[in-house]
Parts: sequence; C-alpha cells; structure tokens
Amino acid sequence: MSSAVDAVTNRTKEPSPPWALWLRQIGAIFRFEVQKNFLGRRAILIYLLALLPLFPLLILAVVQPPGNEWRDFNKIKEIYAVLYNGLILRTVVFFGSAWIFMNLFRGEIVDRSLHYYFLSAVRRDVLLVGKYIAGLVTSIVLFVGTTVVAILLLYLPHFYSQSMRYFGEGQGMGQLLTYAGITILACIGYGAFFLVVGLFIRNPIIPALLLYGWEWLNFLLPPLLKKISVIHYLNSLVPIPISEGPFAVIAEPTPAYIAVPSMLVVTIIVLIVAAYRIRHMEIRYGSD
Amino acid sequence: MAIPHDQLIIFDNVSKFYGEILGVNRVNLQIAPGITSLVGPNGAGKSTLMNLMTGLLRPTRGKVSLLGIPTDQPDKLFRKVGYCTQFDSFPRGLTGREFVASFLLVHGYEPKRVDELTQLALERVNLVEAADRKVAAYSKGMRQRIRLAQAIAHEPLVLILDEPLNGLDPMVRAETIALFRKLAAEGLHLIISSHILHEVDMMSDRVVLLNNGYIVAEGNIHGVRDEMEEHPMQILIRCDQPAKVAAYVFARDHVVEVRLHDDRRGLFVKTRDADGFYLMLNRAIADGEFNVESVAPVDDDLSAVYQYLIGTSGGSA
Repeated sequence: MSSAVDAVTNRTKEPSPPWALWLRQIGAIFRFEVQKNFLGRRAILIYLLALLPLFPLLILAVVQPPGNEWRDFNKIKEIYAVLYNGLILRTVVFFGSAWIFMNLFRGEIVDRSLHYYFLSAVRRDVLLVGKYIAGLVTSIVLFVGTTVVAILLLYLPHFYSQSMRYFGEGQGMGQLLTYAGITILACIGYGAFFLVVGLFIRNPIIPALLLYGWEWLNFLLPPLLKKISVIHYLNSLVPIPISEGPFAVIAEPTPAYIAVPSMLVVTIIVLIVAAYRIRHMEIRYGSD
Repeated sequence: MAIPHDQLIIFDNVSKFYGEILGVNRVNLQIAPGITSLVGPNGAGKSTLMNLMTGLLRPTRGKVSLLGIPTDQPDKLFRKVGYCTQFDSFPRGLTGREFVASFLLVHGYEPKRVDELTQLALERVNLVEAADRKVAAYSKGMRQRIRLAQAIAHEPLVLILDEPLNGLDPMVRAETIALFRKLAAEGLHLIISSHILHEVDMMSDRVVLLNNGYIVAEGNIHGVRDEMEEHPMQILIRCDQPAKVAAYVFARDHVVEVRLHDDRRGLFVKTRDADGFYLMLNRAIADGEFNVESVAPVDDDLSAVYQYLIGTSGGSA
C-alpha cells in the first residue's frame, strides 16, 4: 500500500514554488470573481448606479438647459466639480463600492458557496487578495468610466471645439486624470473598508449607512475629526474645490503627498485586519 | 504495526461549542486509511466532526490534524484532502464542467492539467454527458455527483463525504459505493457520514458512532459488538431438532437465553461468549449430538449496535 500512497503523494505535490503558485491562484480567483461581478445577478445594481449620473447628462447633451452658467464654458468645470463631489464620489462610488466589496464575501455566505473557496488548496489571505483585486478592477472600470464619460458628456455636446482644445492642449486632460485618480483612490479606500465590514458584520448595510452619514456630515466636523474620514482626503485632491456652504467648518486640505500615501497605508492596515479575520473565519451558514 | 502519525487523521481532545450549544465534546480519535463511517442520529455531531477535519470550523479546545497537517493550513491541507459537503448550493451560472474546473484553477493547476483532471473526475462519477449543462438544471442525484467530482478532482489522499449517497438512485448508489471501495483500495482515507446503516455496514472498515456530541463507540463493527458485554450476542441456529439443541446449549454458563424460532425450524441463542459458543457448537456437531443447517449472528451488524448504543433503530434507505 505504501507505494500506492507514495504515488498519490507525488501526484498531489504542490505544482510550483509559492509565489508563482499564488499569482496563478490570484489570477484564477480574479477571473472567476470579475466574471461574477460583471455578469452575475448582483451586477444590475452597480450598472444602474454607474449610469445614474449619465442619464441627466445625456438629456442635457440633447437639450440646452436654461440659465447663463450653461452657456459659459468656464463655468462647466465648476458644475462638474459639484456633480462629481455630490453625485459621483459620494453616491455612485460610495454605494457602488459598498455593493461590490461587501458582496465579495457576504454575498457568498448568503449564497452558501463560500466553502468551495475554503476547501481549495489556497491560503485564505491569497483568496482575499484575489477577491479584493477583482472588486477593485470592477469598481475602477465602472466608476472611472462614469467619471470620464460624465465629464465628456458635460463638455463636448455644447462646446465641442473649445473642449477639444481644453482636453488636448489645456488643463482639461490634467483635470480629467485627477478626477479619475480620485475615483481610483476612493475605490481602493472604500473597497477595503467595505470588504472588512462584509467579513465582520452580518448586516453590513447599517455600518455602510453610518459611514455615509459620517462622510456627508464631514463638512460640519472640527478639523481633527475631519481627518478620520475618506472624503476629507479625497476632497483635498480635487482640482476645483467646491463650497461646502455657510455652516462648513473650514479646514486646511491635506497635501496630496500626505493624502495619497495615508490612504494607501490605511487601506493596507484594513486589509491586514481582513486577512486576520478570514484566516479565523468559520463556515456556519445556519447562523448567518 | 503502529501507523505513523503522518498517515492518520488525529483528533486530540477536541471539543466544539456553538456558543453554549455542544457540537462535539472531548473527541479523541485516530483514523487510519480505509473507509471509516460516522454514524449517529441528526445532531449527533457528524457534520461538526467533518467540518472540524477540514478547517471549516475551528475547535473550541484541542487539535485536529490530517496526515500531520494542521487544519488551519488550507493551502497544504487541501492538496491532500477533498470534502464533499452536504451544502446543496453552487456558484451561480456554471456548468458541471466549469464548476469542477474553476476550483482546480483556484488550486493552482495549469489549464491543461485542469482539463485532464476535470474529465477524469467527471468520468469517475459518470457525469460526462451532462457535464456541459448548467448545474442549476441538474437533478438532486446529479448535484450530489458533481460535488463528489469536485471533491475528488485533485486526487486527494483523504476524502471526506457528508451523506454522499443521499439522493442517488440505487444503480448510481451501487456504482458510487464501488468507487469508494476502489479509492480505499488505492490507500485513501475515506470518511463517510451516512444514516443508511446497511450500506455503511457493507462498505465500512470501521465505524465511529456518535450521539449528542460524544463518541459512543469506534472501531471495526464486529469488534465494537464483541465489546458490548451488557448486550449478549444473539445467534440464529437453523436445525431440524431445535428443542434438543436448545436443551444442550442452555446448559452452558455463558448462554443466557434460548428461544425457539416461530417456524420451529431453528432457535435464537443469546450468549456472553460468542467465540466459546461457536467452539462448543462445533464440538457438539463433530460428536454427532445433533445436525445443524446453518449458524449466523443476528445482531452483529451496525444496525443492532446502533440500536443498543443509541437507542433507536437508526435510518434506512
């Protein structure tokens, strides 16, 4: 029997060194998850969210709206700044990330299919990385897409030639890339937060709403508390600052060279917490 | 000869509590290669033991290792272990082939090898023809088989199967049992939970009987039966002179009860020493005391052991 066991042992050897194996496993998890994120039944909501700012812009592209500010090319960047801050960043990216990243694990618990991953010969932290990257790519593709298409829909239909110069030769491209970069950072930060919330909390909607409230009320917070939020760092990076109203507590924006690394460091810390959690996680669907 | 620890499944004083509810308590177990069945009523702790073996649950106390690998190292553990759970759920939208292949890719196999292993697993569970249909359209028996295919696809050394015969029709059930036997003959550990006692009895090398989270007996079923001294072994003797045989055997100390069969062509004997009884009976036959057509134990099977130890008649097909 020992020869049979030896033979079986040989055929179950790890196929290659860890790094190459981990990358291959991350690739497999990534493909599987991206497919689910884009084509699964849960994808409908994020498509609707991603298209949310584009519907009114499409109407505005066809119908010239009343009001002088819509006829002034220089005002468009301010309109976009308000649209981006109020609708795209705080609503679309926030709730889109919540939906995508919470469902990476919580959705599988609801579907009772997470055990298939846990029964594969893959480290659970490798699984976490694969799923996080899949969520990140999904959210970035969709929401950077929304960010870029929204800005183009706002500029091009009524100011085509000026816009082409603005994006080709002027500041336009820089602003567009900055907004896209902020969206990416938001996906990274919110994504990590919602991923860990989905791992710890059975009903993640409540913490999502709490964070939403915290982020919205950020303008009222004293400067020190403002810094315990994602939106403060993202707002510090926007190319066109917007007024937060007469009741806002003014705080100095955090410079980009601090804001960006800070967000990345916090994201890594949150992901380490998530990795610890998933290593100790049990499958008990009945109690979920 | 003692089996090395790296070929055993070891539970070392393992307890699992769900809050205040007991899952299993103080389990000490060493499982060698072959087919081992976990038997017990609902809530006995069979699935808990299996989930502890595969790291889906973590013990509240104690340690579990499979072939020397702790259960908190899934990357090493599931190179050697396959687990077919009772959860009848699947990732959405996949065909049977995609389902098996997806998780082989997650294991880290190259795509070409994934195709080979997937095909082999599908052939072993006889599901090749339906492999390219969506799992959602499968019957219960087919879903059971595709889960089995997924569990064996990476050619594990330990195969853990939670109620693997549920939902299978008799033909497929027989084929599946034959597959289990073949895998066990290859040197694999098969841990099977089942409530179908006669099938467990037929295929198992040993059983672990559980009740209310405790192991009440374990080992070869006949060995377990022999150790149950409070329940004398019952033996059926078929013969043409049952009254004469009854009078002869009742004179022995270890015989505690003799009862004639309803058809008057045999008798039931209860003895505390089955080996001694068989020896005595052989001598009597050799000496020409009486003729005997057949002798067979009546309660030397899992069903009887289950009934004696757990107090119900167990399940049936």
